Amino acid sequence: MDFLTSVLTITIRAGTSLTIATIGEILTERSGILNLGVEGIMLMGALSAFATVFYTHSIALGFLVAIGIGGLLALLHAFLTTTMRANQVVSGLSITLFGTGFSSFLGQRLGPASNNFRLVGLRAERIAPLAPDWAEKIPILGAFLNQDIMTYAVYLLIPIAWFFLYKTRPGLWLRSVGEDPQTADAMGIDVIKTRYFYTIIGGMLIALGGAHLSLSYTPGWSENITGGRGWIVIALVIFSMWNPARAVWGALLFGGINAVQFRLQASGTSIPASFLNMLPYAGTIIVLVVMTWWEALSKRVGAPAALGTSYMREDK
Amino acid sequence: MKLLFEKRKASSVPALILVPFVSFLVSLVLTALLLEIFGANPFKTFAAMAVGAFGSSHGFAETLVKAIPLMMTGLGVAIAFRLRFWNIGAEGQLTMGGVAAAGVALFMERFLPGRSLLVGALLGGLLAGALWAGVPALLKTSLKVDETLVTLMMNYIAILYSEFLYYGPWRDPKGYGFPGSRMFSADAWLPRIMGRAHIGIWIAVALAIILWIVLKRTRWGFELQVIGASQRAARYQGIAVERNIVLAVMLSGALCGLAGAFEVTGISHRLQQGLSIGYGYTAIIVAWMSQLNPLAVPFVAIALAALAVGGDQVQMVMGLPAAMGVVMQGLILFPMLAGSLFTEYRLSVVRPESKASCPDPVEE
Repeated sequence: MDFLTSVLTITIRAGTSLTIATIGEILTERSGILNLGVEGIMLMGALSAFATVFYTHSIALGFLVAIGIGGLLALLHAFLTTTMRANQVVSGLSITLFGTGFSSFLGQRLGPASNNFRLVGLRAERIAPLAPDWAEKIPILGAFLNQDIMTYAVYLLIPIAWFFLYKTRPGLWLRSVGEDPQTADAMGIDVIKTRYFYTIIGGMLIALGGAHLSLSYTPGWSENITGGRGWIVIALVIFSMWNPARAVWGALLFGGINAVQFRLQASGTSIPASFLNMLPYAGTIIVLVVMTWWEALSKRVGAPAALGTSYMREDK
Repeated sequence: MKLLFEKRKASSVPALILVPFVSFLVSLVLTALLLEIFGANPFKTFAAMAVGAFGSSHGFAETLVKAIPLMMTGLGVAIAFRLRFWNIGAEGQLTMGGVAAAGVALFMERFLPGRSLLVGALLGGLLAGALWAGVPALLKTSLKVDETLVTLMMNYIAILYSEFLYYGPWRDPKGYGFPGSRMFSADAWLPRIMGRAHIGIWIAVALAIILWIVLKRTRWGFELQVIGASQRAARYQGIAVERNIVLAVMLSGALCGLAGAFEVTGISHRLQQGLSIGYGYTAIIVAWMSQLNPLAVPFVAIALAALAVGGDQVQMVMGLPAAMGVVMQGLILFPMLAGSLFTEYRLSVVRPESKASCPDPVEE
């Protein structure tokens, strides 16, 4: 494998969980709900998927359980922010705080007695690359082929999500709920139901992103396995200007930063590891500043107008 | 018959006080259920937690040890949240405060004789926290960059930077590879009052009272309140919105930085691994449970510190993961968030027969 292809392979692998979670969060935010619980949901997705596969040896079941858990946590967020009209920022933060604590608790409790009830350090089946051996020998294209089924699913998900959002009627309804819920309501769209639905769908995709981490990218469970990826996802949503088609660029950029980090560390650079590890976080801040500045300059507003506000007919 | 929420004209005071208590009870019930599922006796577990946190002078001192940073960061987060500036960077501000205080204590001995070394270290921590919070504040006010993400990303950077220091240039040459700096001279130690608990507790309580007075009784406090309610209204009144936000957020960071300075000068007496153990995130729970009221912060901080110390105790006595305490802390916020609806809204029952006499435009 040549250098470029190998870097690209790692980049795409690292970008898979980011892209799938970013598309989930885009759908949620398009309905006007800001979900800052991504980090917590990804952690619970990673944990539940790994634990399920460890005991049942079925990767499909692992995915299903992760999707279920992600949907439940997102349902809680939807309930608090739409029905109970709680502050969306604080509700999302609580989901993240709870998910971080609960995944760490379960990781020390769900394991087999032989491992002192811990899940850390155990191995389970992992998602294997789909492509045949000869595929990885093709320059560049091989990097795209030599991936697991989740990455292939992401290749499909990106155009589907884009088409759905911009070319279908339910996609138009979704966007109108996020832009102007009063008008959407007057048009006969059920604002509350729409917000519930896409928050839950978003949570399911976010949890799948987490499952990809523990089943493929860094197989196994370790506390805080996400390492802030959930927060990077929220930055990627801004970076993509709430368009699923652009989500892939941000994810590849951050996947690329990860790949460069690996490469530099492997090559024995004199830059201390701590500084290399800062790259994704510093990169997020820089990207965020540049994007915000560029959006202001070009007078383009990507964010749904009603993002973060609760909707209530009686409040008019 | 139909249930409807009507907006109250003013927040309900009984609800403001009741909601945190009920939330605490609900989280106890949820945790009890969880404990049952995992085959532990909830009553025994709660008893062990209470005994661990309050049952001995050692336990109580440890509860205070954890309560001090929670009070300081809780106050800091509350100030920022009052302005609707979502500072979730308390953890990083605390870490940078600890780093700066350690820097002063380790390398300024020559210039700061006697007890002035401690004062210098505390001021250094305060300043570092303020500057670390100032960056996202400036980015927000000048370029409208989302502050939640910037403050959070800066947490990771601060923690990695402190790691770099105590694994690298600041590492104790006589430390046998221990990840930490050498110990500060005793001049830089914060006096202790009970076990490891230090005088920071009095400073934190005093700051809570001062902040309450500043927010409720001064012109600046009034301006901040207007900004928090509506930035547009504040601008119409000629309030310098941007400058005030930057100042208040830097004050928020200063409190968190001081918390970090307390940790290194009062507890560890060196910069070492374990400075950042999540106080800055628990601070969000402290601030929200206090309904962003500084006077409530010390009480809530002690309650949450007790959960953490009790959680450690449960691990030792009953073999349950210490993360139990963290799970309980997380569980408190959900009922709290759901309950806050009742402080702003009144639940009213609309009967069908009332429709004729009093037509309700909302009725479907």
